[in-house]
Amino acid sequence: MLEVENLEVSYGALAALHGVSLAVRPGEIVALVGPNGAGKSTLLKTIAALLIPRAGVIRWEGKPLSGESPQRIVERGVALVPEGRRLFAAMTVRENLELGAFPQRAQKGRRGQLERVYSLFPRLFEREGQLAGSLSGGEQQMLALGRALMGLPRLLLLDEPSLGLAPKVVESIFAILAELHREGMSLLIVEQNVQAALNLGRRAYILEGGKIVGEGEGHRLLQDDHVRAAYLGPLARGTSA
Amino acid sequence: MILTQQLILGVLVGGLYGLAAAGLSLTFGVLRVLNVAHGELLMLGGYGTFWLFTLWQIDPFLSLLGVGPALFVLGLVLYWALFQFVVKAHEEVRIKNSLLIGFGLTLVFHTLAIRLWTADERAVTTAYAGAVIKIGTFAIPLVRLSSLVLAFTILTALHLFLAKARWGRAIRATAEDWEAAALMGIPVGRTYLLAFALGTALAGIAGGLVSVSYSISPSIGLEWTLKALIVVVLAGLGSLFGAFAGGILLGVAEATSVVFLGGTYREVVGLVLFLIILLVRPQGLFGGRG
Repeated sequence: MLEVENLEVSYGALAALHGVSLAVRPGEIVALVGPNGAGKSTLLKTIAALLIPRAGVIRWEGKPLSGESPQRIVERGVALVPEGRRLFAAMTVRENLELGAFPQRAQKGRRGQLERVYSLFPRLFEREGQLAGSLSGGEQQMLALGRALMGLPRLLLLDEPSLGLAPKVVESIFAILAELHREGMSLLIVEQNVQAALNLGRRAYILEGGKIVGEGEGHRLLQDDHVRAAYLGPLARGTSA
Repeated sequence: MILTQQLILGVLVGGLYGLAAAGLSLTFGVLRVLNVAHGELLMLGGYGTFWLFTLWQIDPFLSLLGVGPALFVLGLVLYWALFQFVVKAHEEVRIKNSLLIGFGLTLVFHTLAIRLWTADERAVTTAYAGAVIKIGTFAIPLVRLSSLVLAFTILTALHLFLAKARWGRAIRATAEDWEAAALMGIPVGRTYLLAFALGTALAGIAGGLVSVSYSISPSIGLEWTLKALIVVVLAGLGSLFGAFAGGILLGVAEATSVVFLGGTYREVVGLVLFLIILLVRPQGLFGGRG
């Protein structure tokens, strides 16, 4: 399981996270919601070792992750699907996927895993030889997800997987996340689509101004007045989810 | 008639410009560091070939099998000792410091070469140095033609490595987005090391070919850095064959200018092309990215 304790991160003099603690248990989907600039992406990037924390501990499967290099984090089974997808636009869909299997651990079974990803996203198979930069937004998100899966992660960190996508596409991506969850993968999802995130996640944390201000079961939080007012807008008040 | 002969010679020298530029383009495209000592590395490769030939009579084309790997190792050492500290810095500091290191290396290698080999101009003169292939009234120097073919072969091999091999793809991924590459589990530091050493080896091989087809002296470094830089700007980053084509274009442009303007303006032509390309098409003729 993933444990984050009293994490402090700052950009120069500007503090982004003040003593954040959270946990993702094995096989659990946890949603992380909060307004823009709350520090959600910062938290995921710090777990993936793209940012170095000032203080605090991150543990994965009982051993500390903090202080490791990004590639060691991937080797240990933690993958981040970053905000904005960050695909290798000048490379083909197939090349992007094969790069996802770069870790030594994932090299041996990469053929089987490629077929698995293609069966999850048949669209990617159709577009195999196309440049990643020429895909539609939804296809790009599928590729970003598929590429991360090629590294055989046990914990998947997702930063805004639904951003800028049509509702239909969001639905199919969330269906695949639910399927990964059923197969035992742990997921930590940052989402601006609070309703979808809270429906999917059994548990959720609310991050505001770099601090965890709420934690609870997803469907309970959906009933919470503060959450409804802050994230679902005034129209959501009174109507049921 | 003179024009055609000049064009042939232009294409032949252009292949070497392309090879020199490919190395510079690789380090610049991947590490975002301009190695101004690239021409000096080329010069060292040339003297390596010269040494092997003079001391042990090793055929210059054969000696590339030793010179290439030797320069690759030199590249590993230079990266490990100097450039690794630069690539971690932010863009502005990175550019400034890499220029300082590059100019420092330029002085060191230049002085070292004068010490070891004196300031005289040297060339590797083999038994077959004068051989030419005659086509009608035109003469193609055999050594230069072999150099061109070899340059093309090496770039093709490198292209295949970057396109197909696990580490080759890692280099391309790092060049495109190093952070995303790190998220794939690619050790970014090691791909930088590999790309830098490959760039250095390319410079060394180009230098070996220069010493057979033309001549070398301790002061040729700057001239070759400049040629390589012009070709990189001309062709744009990201394509090895683009660099090769750009090199040939520069060679041909220089050769043509000799016919129409005389040898005096040969060196100016490249710089004029350089300025025109920067004004009209800053991403280069074959470059996709800005």
